Amino acid sequence: MLSMIVKRVLIAIPILLVTSALTFLLQALIPGDAARAIVGAQGSQESYQQVRDQLHLNLPLWQQYTTYLGNLLHGNLGTSLFTGEPVLQSITSRLPVTLSLIIGATVVAAVVGIVLGAVSAKIGGWLARLIDVLALVGMALPNFWFALVLVSVFAVAIPLLPATGYTPLSQDPGLWLASIVLPVIALAIGGIAQVAKITRDGVSDAMEQDYVRTLRAGGVSEGALLWKHALKNSGVPVVTVVGLGFVGALAGSLFVENVFVLPGLGSLVNTATTQHDVPVIQGVALAYAVIVVAINLVIDISYAFLNPKVKTR
Amino acid sequence: MSAVTPIVEPGITNGTANAGLRGLLRRPLAVAALIVLAVIVVACVLAPVLTPYQPLSQNLNAVMQLPSAKHILGTDTLGRDVYTRILFGGRPALLGALEAMVVFGVIGIILGLIAGYSRDAVDRVISVFVDLLMSLPGIVVMFAVLALFNNNLGAAMVTLGLFSSGGLVRVVRAATKATREELYVAAARVSGLGSMRILLRHIAPKLVGPIVIQVSLFAGIALVVQSGLGFLNLGVVAPAPSWGGMVGEASQVISQSPWLLVPSGGIIGITVLALGIIGDAVRDINAETKSRSGGITRKRALAPKATAATAPADGDALLVVDGLRIAFDTPRGESEVVHGISFSVRRGELIGLVGESGSGKTVTALSLLGLLPPNAAITSNRTVFDGREFTSLSKEELHQLRGAGIGLISQEPMVALDPSFTVGQQLREVIRAHGGISRADAHRKAISLLEDVRLPEPESVARRYPHELSGGMAQRVVIALSLAGEPKLLLADEPTTALDVTVQAEILDLLRALRDERGMAILLVTHDLGVVADFCERAVVMQHGRIVESKDIDQLFGAPEHEYTRALIAATPSLIDLTDVEAQNVEVASNAR
Repeated sequence: MLSMIVKRVLIAIPILLVTSALTFLLQALIPGDAARAIVGAQGSQESYQQVRDQLHLNLPLWQQYTTYLGNLLHGNLGTSLFTGEPVLQSITSRLPVTLSLIIGATVVAAVVGIVLGAVSAKIGGWLARLIDVLALVGMALPNFWFALVLVSVFAVAIPLLPATGYTPLSQDPGLWLASIVLPVIALAIGGIAQVAKITRDGVSDAMEQDYVRTLRAGGVSEGALLWKHALKNSGVPVVTVVGLGFVGALAGSLFVENVFVLPGLGSLVNTATTQHDVPVIQGVALAYAVIVVAINLVIDISYAFLNPKVKTR
Repeated sequence: MSAVTPIVEPGITNGTANAGLRGLLRRPLAVAALIVLAVIVVACVLAPVLTPYQPLSQNLNAVMQLPSAKHILGTDTLGRDVYTRILFGGRPALLGALEAMVVFGVIGIILGLIAGYSRDAVDRVISVFVDLLMSLPGIVVMFAVLALFNNNLGAAMVTLGLFSSGGLVRVVRAATKATREELYVAAARVSGLGSMRILLRHIAPKLVGPIVIQVSLFAGIALVVQSGLGFLNLGVVAPAPSWGGMVGEASQVISQSPWLLVPSGGIIGITVLALGIIGDAVRDINAETKSRSGGITRKRALAPKATAATAPADGDALLVVDGLRIAFDTPRGESEVVHGISFSVRRGELIGLVGESGSGKTVTALSLLGLLPPNAAITSNRTVFDGREFTSLSKEELHQLRGAGIGLISQEPMVALDPSFTVGQQLREVIRAHGGISRADAHRKAISLLEDVRLPEPESVARRYPHELSGGMAQRVVIALSLAGEPKLLLADEPTTALDVTVQAEILDLLRALRDERGMAILLVTHDLGVVADFCERAVVMQHGRIVESKDIDQLFGAPEHEYTRALIAATPSLIDLTDVEAQNVEVASNAR
């Protein structure tokens, strides 16, 4: 178990290195050069040179990268070309917003999806079809569009919840919850149906296995067979899909944060993209890679919990 | 992190591409999706011809109008015709999705084929590359590309395709590997066909299904991402029309004109939905060609039929079954598999239910526990267990009967135990299902049951998971489980078939010893007359859902009346001598006891 965790953490190092190299190399790939792209065709020669210096563009490429990497190891992700704010600071101050959203969306998708899936495995019929339809619709309609519909219903038509803005959890838990309810639902809709589908398939398959028959013959109740035995045995694919849903919510937050004007990483990326703020984008790309590595670690650990064969191997 | 990964089981197709297309055309929903998609694509391509207005021409006197004859989808905040803007906005959307799709498909297919078809080293390199691709934050890299390549949508979509292709590589690799192992491919290789030829002629057609599924779902995702970029005013910049951009414009006036959300979101939804339906249909077709089994339908009551057989009168009977009929509802109609059989089991008796596969013996045994699938219809004139009528038993009573009255030992010990829970957890759960026992007491009882089935170190066995047991040990655990409710009748369905010969004998010895200790009857369901001769005191022989003979063992082997019984005995090599020599057989049969 411990050795598996160590192994996963070690695997994370090349992933982060490649991410950093990739985002770094992107600068070198652009036609012309990054500084020109940043200051624009109308930018003065002076500001152009200034940006070149700031990006260390006058150094050879490998030296630029080692400098970048060296700074990285010291927690220095550079500074924004526009606000001058250290990138690490912008990221850490915005991380709680994005994490609230994607963790919330993942939890909602997992809980609702698993319950729906298990129940529909038992009763089948209309609920199973509803999940199929929901899965298709959830995939077809973009989550930012869902977000807008939610706003127009629950913030505009029936003013229950705030349409925009974010209240930190430390400031007021009630308002924090109110501020993330709609974005979390918008991000969770697609995931709910996917989780429900995979749970339904896994559970109905498990309910037909010999071991369920053995336990049923032994007098174990139908409830325990469904919610304990069948569910745990279909745990691995369900957790995989929940993990994919987490990553999907992370991607979705790039768009949904914009709808609710939430000061998270997504809106940071948007602004940085329109402003060609390269250091910020590089920093956020790394932050995303770290988040994904972390969630994959959590998933691997839960595999070991769900599948005893992994644990003892 | 791959940018976005379509969640699909990597189904492996059996049908060829043509069969798949024909299957698609048989599904009305899929045909509708194909038509809708074709209409949208053609309409967007022909946008300048089909639209009455210019996408950018404003009319500030007619802003935010609802649909009318002049503007069939209404007008937006600047009085521009929404229908016109949707057709023009579809062009970057479809083009962007196409670009992403091509990159996704080309990389996924080529790398997948190479990985699936080549030796370990190359395969491993590609696997590492894919793992890396899937854990990189592709969608953020896409934003970086937009920032650096001057908001170039094409570059962004190419990036998206590249970073999402890992999933397709895996699917194609798996399908290629599976196909590679098939006989005809091996035959082609032996007959000297070149790798490239085999790949194109024999393997590629099998991959069409999984690839179409992945590509169509990814196309939908690419479309959603493209519209997301438009929504953020990236890629396609206002005032140029884009589907996502129109959602963005609608969001500005969400309280004044919520209608504007409908056409903009609707066109994205319809297009992606069409792609999704096509993908789903192809997956269903794949699944169908894989297994053409009929679905299970709901139980329908069978009209009780008169039975010729009568229940044997027996004062000491634990179980009396009279005129049992079992039928299954199948898509091809009802099919009766047990035709009104009658038999009885005495208390403490070792009785065999013998027959070849398909004779209805397992179905009969499972019906006694109510463990048949829901499409089974069971009727009998009378079933009495331990003095109680079975048909009168409520659902709760039947539930109590399971384990407490009748226990079950099934065929494959390795799959009869839940792989996710320890032996001890499962034993305790079954023990506690039979009455309010504390955890500690349940544990004590679990350990004593493991001792009863002669498992050494019961405490250690209780902590183990099923995969840590040998087949023989697992079967002992299954027996312990079946004993937990102290049943009066144990149904043993081929309990030794999956085991080694030496282990078989041990398990039979154990069952006999348990009978002696506990006085419960054991109904042994088996096809193996050798086991019957060794273990049982009496046997019931079944053929085609009917009982053909029912006798004490000595008589059965000594003087088999029915020709089927004789054939069964003749087919059991270790028993042939017995039937030939009358004098020997009584002796051997009694030795066998």
